[in-house]
Amino acid sequence: MSETLLKVRDLKIGATIYPPGEKPRDIEIVHGVSFDLEPGKVLGLIGESGAGKSTIGLASMAYGRGGVEITGGEVWVNGRDILKSGLNDVRKLRGGEVTYVSQSAAASFNPAKQIMDQVIEASVRHGKFSKKDAEARAVELFRKLGLPDPENIGNRYPHQVSGGQLQRCMTALALCPEPDLVVFDEPTTALDVTTQIDVLKAIKEAIRDTGVAALYITHDLAVVAQVSDDILVLKMGDMVEYGSVDQIINAPKEDYTRALVSVRSIDHEEKTATSEPVLKVEGVTARYRGTNFDVLKNINVELHPGQTLAVVGESGSGKSTLARVITGLLPPRAGNIHFAGRDLSAALGGRSREDLRELQMIYQMADTAMNPRQTVGTIIGRPLEFYFGLRGSEKRKRIVELLDEIEMGEAFMDRYPAELSGGQKQRVCIARSLAAKPKIIICDEVTSALDPLVADGILKLLLDLQKVEDVAYLFITHDLATVKAIADSIAVMYQGEVVRYGGKTDVLSPPFDDYTDLLLSSVPEMKLGWLEEVIANRKMESAGN
Amino acid sequence: MKNLPIAAVVGLFFTSLYFLMAIFAPLIAPYGVAEIVGGVWEPSSKEHLLGTDNIGRDLLSRMIYGGRTTIWIATAATILSFTTGSILGFAAAVIGGWVDQVMSRFVDLIMSIPTLIFALVVLSVVPVTVPILIIVMGFLDSTRVYRLARAVAVDINVMDYVEAAKLRGEGRVWVIFREILPNALSPLVAEMGLRFIFAVLFVSTLSFLGLGVQPPEADWGGIVKENKDGIVYGIGAALYPAVAIATLAISVNLVADWVLNRTTSLKGGRG
Repeated sequence: MSETLLKVRDLKIGATIYPPGEKPRDIEIVHGVSFDLEPGKVLGLIGESGAGKSTIGLASMAYGRGGVEITGGEVWVNGRDILKSGLNDVRKLRGGEVTYVSQSAAASFNPAKQIMDQVIEASVRHGKFSKKDAEARAVELFRKLGLPDPENIGNRYPHQVSGGQLQRCMTALALCPEPDLVVFDEPTTALDVTTQIDVLKAIKEAIRDTGVAALYITHDLAVVAQVSDDILVLKMGDMVEYGSVDQIINAPKEDYTRALVSVRSIDHEEKTATSEPVLKVEGVTARYRGTNFDVLKNINVELHPGQTLAVVGESGSGKSTLARVITGLLPPRAGNIHFAGRDLSAALGGRSREDLRELQMIYQMADTAMNPRQTVGTIIGRPLEFYFGLRGSEKRKRIVELLDEIEMGEAFMDRYPAELSGGQKQRVCIARSLAAKPKIIICDEVTSALDPLVADGILKLLLDLQKVEDVAYLFITHDLATVKAIADSIAVMYQGEVVRYGGKTDVLSPPFDDYTDLLLSSVPEMKLGWLEEVIANRKMESAGN
Repeated sequence: MKNLPIAAVVGLFFTSLYFLMAIFAPLIAPYGVAEIVGGVWEPSSKEHLLGTDNIGRDLLSRMIYGGRTTIWIATAATILSFTTGSILGFAAAVIGGWVDQVMSRFVDLIMSIPTLIFALVVLSVVPVTVPILIIVMGFLDSTRVYRLARAVAVDINVMDYVEAAKLRGEGRVWVIFREILPNALSPLVAEMGLRFIFAVLFVSTLSFLGLGVQPPEADWGGIVKENKDGIVYGIGAALYPAVAIATLAISVNLVADWVLNRTTSLKGGRG
């Protein structure tokens, strides 16, 4: 088994960019990457967005996304340079020898065709199997991947299975034609932690059983540590470090790798609750109009001044709905919200300007939370103008102060949101809510859309600001690592109910209820063999199954 | 303005040519609009570049004054339809509920009647003056603009930044004019180019039918009507306004396309 399956040498990839107002120009986005992959092995490609990991993954199928071109180097698959192969040869390669699993299964399956037809399509088209044999193989793969009712699940349409199941169906699709190499492009990133673990396990076992080699692309080092043999760390199209999993995780050589390994290690001491909470949610029950079930059931939580309450749960647990109720966007059916010693009107329309000012919100997608046609100065300046009546130089001075506070500076004042990076956008959103001098900021998954290192920066900034401004955070997240980093108290939500609530140390110490245990154990840890350990000790199946 | 595409240059040139001619008509036109200066349907000559019309008026002067009337009516009607249509459309999207229902169903009602027939009925009972013409055309066209503006605004209204503005306590006026309008401009500008040309065609049609601009005032549709009989004798006087309408239509839309390309840039419309 010493023959190399995939050999990449000095791979260079270029792209054409179109800067507004300037002539389009060509840039290089991958600068000479080399690696080897032997049959049956798994190589993890890791890096932040823009590192070029997906681009490299697709290059191993001799494919470049729109506007991207492979400009140099060699990619050898099974002893031939596929970059020099003709179109017919490449066509045999794709979907035959090399297959691809994309990040969003939901967006990759054709919603109008049954799963089975899509899973066996490549095998049949390539003439590897007859339709009957391919179907039998698909059922076998469904079984191996732990899908329920493997004989019949192929007859369903993509919308009739859950996200985690669909992701496993796509893995079956990729494995069906008996490829030599599968490219996994962030296959678990879009899933809940408790579902991610099942998919990871299924992928790992399928790789082991079929003896296929894999390129596993992800931004999460803890995930890649569970499935890979080797890891290649990338940054801005450059190779940073290339070594075995053991070496990368336990003895990283480069500073950048060390930063990735030690991400999520913010230390935060739990503060003790004060006597007077700034926000008190009492017996809140809510449902959306036109539905007949409660999304929130009798929620009771408190938030103390200058502290952070983390609301944790999977998608669909009702945590964002709680934010909508508190902000007044969704008046509850029952229950009260006390805020700063007064009763808050249930509906947004009944709240005073002071109520609105003291209760601010930051969104998950900073992109859509800012008007693309307003400059940073206008975005941050509007609350100043609106709540405090600041004008002219006074307003400008305060905007500059806020920009300094979020570590950005005056130079950003006249920029538009599209001219900022993801982390900078989120910082501007933070500054906008701080401008109102709020008592509480509701943070709805504010770091979920960001790269780990950038997210770390945002969390640190939020903690620093909390000390300076004495603002309380209601922090909604599905990521327990984030919770550990910043929370003072925690409310765990499951199917519309708070199943566990209290100080951080209490909530995170045993004995656990089954759901909290599942949630806690599902957070990938930066150590080898973690996946097997967790699977062996689980008490409860995840909801996605 | 350095990298102006060639299509935009052509469009800008002809559009400004027509508009300048419209504005400075009395200074440019060699003769008065109703002045009879020669014989019937004289061919083009040094004195009369485009010849004369069916009763001996200078056709070039008629075309220039006609363009002034046509462009003025179409412009005013377009502005009227876009201000009312888009503001009402945005308001319907933002306010929602029964306000939206009432306005939208009313617009459906108006749109179910063919525009030309509706205009003919209205103009046959009220005196036909330029302001009336503008109001009728603007009103009829605003239903189309309303539909578009509402559809665009409904999409924008659910964006997080609009929700953020509502949570801040902003009033509807701010939400409509500062959050929604700047982001809805691109499709509206594209539509505006098209609607302006429809307005030109519409006023020309009305005049051709005798319910638009009344003689002796000139307008392009009227000139076609006056000279249409000449076509049988091989006299092309009626074709000049047709050519003018066609070139104006193309050039205005070239400009609209260019503006659209500029404003859809992700850089907040500066690119």
